[in-house]
Amino acid sequence: MVTPSRINLLERLPLLKTILKSRAFQPVLMLITLFVFVLAILTGLFGTPAGSRNFNIIFVWIVWWALLIIVMVPFFGRLWCAICPIPAPGEWLQRRGIIQRRTGRLLTLNRRWPRRLKNMWLQNFGFLGVAMFSTIILTRPSVSAWVLFSFLLVGVMLSAVYKNRIFCRYVCPVGGFIGLYSMLSPVELRVEDQGICASHTTKDCITGNEHGYGCPWMVFPGNLTRNTYCGLCVECLKTCPKNNIVINLRPFGSDLMVAKERRLDEAYKAFIMLGCALLYSVVLLGPWGWLKNWANMDTLPHWAIYAAAFLAINLLVLPGLFWLVTVASRRLSGQAVPLRRLFVDYAYTLVPLGLSGWIAFSLGFVLVNGSYALGVVSDPFGWGWNLFGTAQAGWTPLWPTLTAFLQVGTLTAGLLFSVNTAYKIARQNSQDHRLAFLATLPVTGFLTLVTLGFLRLYLG
Amino acid sequence: MRWLHTARIWRLPLLIGLLTLAWLVFPFPGAKAATTRHITLDASQFAFSPGRVHVNQGDRVVFTVAAQDVVHGFYLDGYGLKTRVEPGVSQQIEFVADKTGKFRYRCSVNCGSLHPFMIGELVVGSNTPFWRATGLIVLAAIGMLVYLWQSGRVQEMKQDGTLQSSTP
Ligand code: SF4
Ligand code: SF4
Ligand SMILES: [Cu+2]
Repeated sequence: MVTPSRINLLERLPLLKTILKSRAFQPVLMLITLFVFVLAILTGLFGTPAGSRNFNIIFVWIVWWALLIIVMVPFFGRLWCAICPIPAPGEWLQRRGIIQRRTGRLLTLNRRWPRRLKNMWLQNFGFLGVAMFSTIILTRPSVSAWVLFSFLLVGVMLSAVYKNRIFCRYVCPVGGFIGLYSMLSPVELRVEDQGICASHTTKDCITGNEHGYGCPWMVFPGNLTRNTYCGLCVECLKTCPKNNIVINLRPFGSDLMVAKERRLDEAYKAFIMLGCALLYSVVLLGPWGWLKNWANMDTLPHWAIYAAAFLAINLLVLPGLFWLVTVASRRLSGQAVPLRRLFVDYAYTLVPLGLSGWIAFSLGFVLVNGSYALGVVSDPFGWGWNLFGTAQAGWTPLWPTLTAFLQVGTLTAGLLFSVNTAYKIARQNSQDHRLAFLATLPVTGFLTLVTLGFLRLYLG
Repeated sequence: MRWLHTARIWRLPLLIGLLTLAWLVFPFPGAKAATTRHITLDASQFAFSPGRVHVNQGDRVVFTVAAQDVVHGFYLDGYGLKTRVEPGVSQQIEFVADKTGKFRYRCSVNCGSLHPFMIGELVVGSNTPFWRATGLIVLAAIGMLVYLWQSGRVQEMKQDGTLQSSTP
């Protein structure tokens, strides 16, 4: 699909193409991230229980998290999935090799993944499950290490039973929201000409050939219209004999306009992510000590109430309010589209605002606590090492007053993007400009209120 | 007379732009008569009490920070003040709250698992930055709506042929 607003990066940057086509590229990066990942597990298990002096907490929940949500996802979509260490051992076992393309079938029991689970629901509930415990996971190195280790283990087990990256595609709680927000990124992998794919009988990108494996994410590049489920592993770039795979630069958020792919499970992912960004901002960055203690499981009943409220807000309150907004929008504009359809459609307007909410939330602790990273690279376990001479760096908050400016800028940009998306989606459902505009109004009201809610938490 | 038409289209966005600008520079009511405020802050795992303190701009603020359980610290964003507080020995921090806005005070000594999230809020004066940002966001949303309305109208007029896309 070569549309005028696309810039073919592989054509512009031949060196990039050479690098991406090399079989060593992805595994080398994965080996590096796997090394850091294993180190994080080890430091979490055997290092100091003081989170701010443990490599695990600082590198996973501050450094990695900030890179992921502020840089990688908004600008490069699923790039992280291409170099993520979690599925690496499982994938290498399936392939019985790391770099070389081994011939023969994937080593796995080759069971069928249940049809009912071919969606994002598992990831939605997985994310909520982790999120309910997040105050504990984020602050206790050993708990954090066990969580990371269990991800690794589940990844290996699933790849022993099922072909390909079932874990990434349907299970990984991180993968779900990366997929959702990757729709915003200005980078996409697509085919240049869908006609070539349609007439290509062997479809090497699905079956694999001597240059690479069939798509591990179980998507057909020839049909790609969104970034959501393509893990950017670039295996298809290696296998496609027609040289039909391209990586494009494009306007931000193009995928939000693909109407026929919108689904309730993804809509819920948008609610959950927005809800969690708000709730985390309240619990972790707010001044309410009792709430932190409840989230921290000071007593089991307290935590149970907290968890119930957490789930209710994400699964019922926020979607419920949005349902009312959709009803108002439909009434106002007299759109004839079924309510459920509109509800799902408009939920995608929460994607830009949700990501900017996450960025604003992350800015709230990344700049202030980033300086811990210097200390833990020199002393990852907190055992008194001083590998690079920075162990005594201590805690130096960086530009605490700049944070507020960045947060306001990010939130405003997210809001404008979301409102624009709302109008465009409304326009898909009614040809008439005036009706579409009326339909946009309630949604805009909701988006603005949510933005002001974030603002109240950060600056108010 | 195409330019006249264009001018009419841009009238509202221009107005909103000017409003935004005005809102961002418009001086808010200044400081009330400054006094000295003595405030006791109890630090315990993992909160300060009170968690939110309001003072007037220009006030001389004297915080007496007391650690109730383990060693804590005190750091004030924006003012860069920092101290360490041992249990039983309270510390005094004195400064003039000359900047308006919300400034977080944080524990600066590792005091346990939730230490990085041990946060309180000092609001100085009328919190101008917050109100300016609120205005900015509301006006931005309205501005976006106006833009969408106008550009949709223009597109419609082009389709009807009411607006000739005349090239000079
Ligand atoms: S191998 Fe290439 S041309 Fe063939 S179907 Fe796949 S992407 Fe299209
Ligand atoms: S479409 Fe291509 S890059 Fe995307 S996951 Fe499949 S093989 Fe990898
Ligand atoms: Cu403390």
